[in-house]
Amino acid sequence: MLNLGLSVLPLARFQFEMTTIFHFFFVPMSIGLVLVVAIMETLYVIKKDPMYKTMTKFWGRIFLLSFAVGVVTGLIQEFQFGMNWSEYSRFMGDIFGAPLAIEALLAFFMESTFIGVWMFTWDKLKPAWHALTIWLVFLGSSISALWILAANSFMQHPVGYKINAATGHVQMTSFSALLKNQQLWYEFSHVIFGAFITGAFIVAGLSAIMLFRNKSPKFFRKSMRIGLIIGLFACVGSFLSGDMQTQYLIKEQPMKFAATEGIYKNTDNPAPWTVFQITNEKDHKGEFKIEVPYMLSVLSYHKLSGSVTGMDQTNKALHKKYNKKFGKNMNYNLPVNTLFFAFRIMSAGFGALAGLAILGLWFSRKKKDTILKQKWLTLLLGIATFGPFIINSCGWLVTELGRDPWVVYGLLPIAAAVSPSTSATSVLFTNIVYFLLFTTLGFFMIMYAKHFLFEGPEGLGDKTNYDLEDPFSKEAFEK
Amino acid sequence: MSFLQLLWYAVIGLLFIIFLVLDGADFGVGMATRFLASNYTERKLLLRTIGPHWDGNEVFLVTAGGAMFASLPGWYASLFSGFYLLLFFVLIALIFRGVSFEFSDAALTEKGKRGWLWVNFISCLFIPFLLGMLFTDMIQPLPIDAGGNIFVSFYNVVNPLSILGGLCITAVSLYQGLNYIALRTEGLIRYHASRLADNLYWIAYPVEVLIVIALYFQTNFYERHLVATLVFLVLIVAVTVWGQIAAATDKEIQAIIASSSLFAVIVMLIFTGLFPYVLIANNPAHSLLIKEVSSSPYTLVIMTIVLVILLPIMLAYFIWSYVSQWHRISLEEFKKDLDNGETY
Ligand code: HDD
Ligand code: HEM
Ligand code: HEM
Repeated sequence: MLNLGLSVLPLARFQFEMTTIFHFFFVPMSIGLVLVVAIMETLYVIKKDPMYKTMTKFWGRIFLLSFAVGVVTGLIQEFQFGMNWSEYSRFMGDIFGAPLAIEALLAFFMESTFIGVWMFTWDKLKPAWHALTIWLVFLGSSISALWILAANSFMQHPVGYKINAATGHVQMTSFSALLKNQQLWYEFSHVIFGAFITGAFIVAGLSAIMLFRNKSPKFFRKSMRIGLIIGLFACVGSFLSGDMQTQYLIKEQPMKFAATEGIYKNTDNPAPWTVFQITNEKDHKGEFKIEVPYMLSVLSYHKLSGSVTGMDQTNKALHKKYNKKFGKNMNYNLPVNTLFFAFRIMSAGFGALAGLAILGLWFSRKKKDTILKQKWLTLLLGIATFGPFIINSCGWLVTELGRDPWVVYGLLPIAAAVSPSTSATSVLFTNIVYFLLFTTLGFFMIMYAKHFLFEGPEGLGDKTNYDLEDPFSKEAFEK
Repeated sequence: MSFLQLLWYAVIGLLFIIFLVLDGADFGVGMATRFLASNYTERKLLLRTIGPHWDGNEVFLVTAGGAMFASLPGWYASLFSGFYLLLFFVLIALIFRGVSFEFSDAALTEKGKRGWLWVNFISCLFIPFLLGMLFTDMIQPLPIDAGGNIFVSFYNVVNPLSILGGLCITAVSLYQGLNYIALRTEGLIRYHASRLADNLYWIAYPVEVLIVIALYFQTNFYERHLVATLVFLVLIVAVTVWGQIAAATDKEIQAIIASSSLFAVIVMLIFTGLFPYVLIANNPAHSLLIKEVSSSPYTLVIMTIVLVILLPIMLAYFIWSYVSQWHRISLEEFKKDLDNGETY
C-alpha cells in the first residue's frame, strides 16, 4: 500500500483530538441549552405568560440542532476506542466498559426517549408534565457527562484497580472507588458548570446580537437576562471548582501544573505568578516574562508563602519512579507553550465572561433599561457567544495534553495504546473525511441556527408585537 | 466459561436483536420514502411515524457496543480495529441519517429540505447493508495474529457471503419498515405498504438459498454446529414464508412479528455459529474464545447488577414512549397539522 512515511500514532492522536473537540463543541452547548430551555418552560408553567412558551420553543429549536450534531459526533467516540485504540481498549476494558455501558443504559436512553416525547407532545401533555419531560432530558444529559467523566477521571488518576498478572491489563477491584475518585467530582463539577456557561452565553449572546439589530427587543431582552443570570451563577461555580482542580493538580500531577505555569526551576518562596512568557522549550527558559509577586503562592496554596516545584525536578522524580517499569527513554516533557497559553485563555475567558454578565445585567435592569443604547456592550456580548467554545477546548487541551506521555496516568503510555492493525493510510483517509464532514455539519448547523435566530419569534408563528413598549411601564412614564 | 460470560454473550446478542428490530424499522421507513411515497408531504408523513423514536432505537446500538466493551473487551477491540474502514463507513452513514431529520426541518429552501430527505434515504440504504456485511464478515475465518489483531484484506471484507449478508439485512429492514408503516398509517399508504412488502418478499428466497450455500464455503458453521445451524436455517425460511403470507393477507400484527423474528433468528444463527468463539482465525491457535476476551468476574458481577436494576426502569419508559404516542396517522390529519404550523 501507499506509504507516505506516516505512522499511525500521530494520525490517531490528531483524529482523537479533532473528533472529541468537535463533540465537545456540541455537548456543553446541548447540556447548557437544555438547562436554559427547561428553566424557560418552567417559567411558562408558573407565570402562564405565552411569551415564555415562545421563548422555550425558540431556543428549543437551536437546542435541537445542537443535540442532533452532538449525538452523531458522540457515536464516533463510542466506536473510536475500539477502532483506533484497540490496545487501550484491551488494557482498560475491565474498567472503562462499565461506565460507558451504564452511560448508555442510564443516560442516553433517558435523553433520547424524552426528547422524542418533548418534541411531539406540545398539545398532548399538560404544560407541567410537558416541562417535566425536558427536565428529564436535562437529567439524562448531565448523568451522561458524569459517567463518561468517571472513565476519564480514572485515566487521570487511577483508583480501585489492580494489574492482572497474566494479561498485564488493569482489573477493577472496587467499583465504588471508581465513583469516589476525587478527581471525578472536581472534574464533573467543573465540566458541568462549563456546560451551563456555554448554554447560557449562547442564549445571552445571540439575544444581544438581536438587540444590537433592534429586533423584538422585549423578547430578546428577557432571553438575554435569563441567560446572563444563569451564566453568572455558573461562572461562580466554574471558578470555585476550577480552583479546587488546581489544588488537586498540584498534588497529583505536578508536571502538568508546572507546565501550565511555565516553571522549570523550583520557584522562590513566596512564588511570583507569571502573567506572560514565551517559553523556550529547548533551553528550559521563559522569555519576555511579566510577573506578579506573591500571586502564585496565593493561587496554589491560598497563602502568601510556599514555593512551587519546577518541571526539571519533577522530571527527575518521574524518571526515578517509572524507569524500572517503562525504561529510561520515556519523555516526560510537555508542550509547555500550548499548556501555558491554553490555561491563560481559560482563566482570562472566565474573567471576561463574568464581567460581561455583570455589565449586561446592570444595563438591562428593570429600573433603568438602556441596553438598546449600549451598542458596544451588545456587540461584545454577541462576540462572547463564541467564547465558551474556545475556553472549553483550552481546558481539555490542558487536561488531556498535560497527561502526556500517559493515556492512563502512570500505567499506560500513549504509544502503547494505539491499534496495531490499522494502517496509516486508512487513518489519514478517515481524518480527511472527518474533517470535511465536520466542516459540512458545522456549516449547516450555523446557517440554520442563524436563520432561526434572524426570523425571531415570528418564525414560530407568534404574532405578538415584541417591539412596542408597554405603555404602563415605568420607562414609558419617565420619558 | 463461566455463567456470567455466557450471559453477557447472550445479552450482546439480544441487544443487537432489539437494535435491528427497532432501528431496522427506521431504516426501512427511510428506504420506503422512495418506494412508497410519491411527494414531499407523503415522505414527511412516513418519517413522522418514527420521528419521536429513531434516536432512542439507535441507542440500542450504542448500548450493544458499550456492553461489548464492558463484558468482552477483547472482542470489541479486535473487531472494531480489524474492520476499521467498514465501521467507519457505517459511522458516516449513521451520522448523515442522524442529522437528516433535524436538518430537513430546518433547511431554508424547498430544495434543501428535499436534499436532506435524499440523504436520509441513502444512509438508510447503506447502514443495514454495511452492518449486514460486518455480521457476515465476522463469522468467517480471519487472519488474526497472536495478539488478537485482525489484518483484513479486501476479500475479508467484500466477498460473496458478505454481499449476501448485506442484501439480507437491508431487505429485512425494508420489510420491517413497511410492516411498521402498515401499522402506523391510515388509508392508501397503509394498503400499499402491505402490498409492497408482499411483493418484495420474493427477493428473500433466492438470497436465503445462496446464503445457505455460501455459509458452507466460507464458514465452518456446518462442521461445528450442524444441527443448530440447520434448525436456524429452516426457521429462517419458515419465518419468511409466514411473513409473506401475513403481509399478503393484511395481518399487520403478525407481519411485523414475523419480520422481527426474522432478525432474531438471523442473529441467533450468527451467535450460535460462532460459539464458543467470538472470532475465528485462519490459524486455529489464534481464534479468540469468549472466556479469553472477557472482563474479570468482578466487573461482570457489577455489570449484571447494573443491568438487572436499570433495564426494567429503562424499558418501562421506553415502552411508554411508544404506547403513549401510538396512533394511526392519516394524510388528511397530517396535512392539517402542517397547516397549523407544526414543524416536524
Ligand atoms: C467555560 C468553561 C470554563 C471556564 C470558564 C473555566 N474552565 Fe477550567 N476547564 C474547563 C472549562 C472551563 C473544561 C473544558 O471543562 C475542563 C477540561 C477538563 C475539565 O475537567 O474541565 C477544564 C479544565 C481545567 C483544569 C485542568 C484540570 C486537570 O487537568 O485535572 C484546571 C486546573 C482548570 N480548568 C482551572 C480553571 C480555573 C482556575 C478557571 C477560572 C478561573 C477555569 N478553569 C475556568
Ligand atoms: C469531550 C471532551 C474531551 C476533549 C475535548 C478531549 C480532548 C483530548 C485531547 C486534546 C487529547 C490530547 C491528544 C494528544 O495527546 O495529542 C486527548 C487525549 C485523549 N483523551 Fe481526551 N478529550 C475529551 C474527553 C475524553 C474522555 C471523556 C475520555 C475517556 C473517557 C478521553 C480519552 C482520551 C484518550 C484515550 C486520549 C489519548 C489519545 C491521544 O493522546 O490522542 N478524552 N483528548
Ligand atoms: C470521549 C469519550 C466520549 C464518548 C465515547 C462519548 C459517547 C457518546 C455517544 C455514543 C453519544 C450519542 C448518544 C446517542 O446516540 O444518543 C454521545 C452524546 C453525548 N455525549 Fe458524549 N462521549 C464522550 C465524551 C463526552 C463528554 C466528555 C461529555 C460531557 C461532559 C459527553 C456528553 C454527552 C452528551 C450530553 C451527549 C448527548 C448529545 C448532546 O447532548 O449533544 N460526552 N456521546
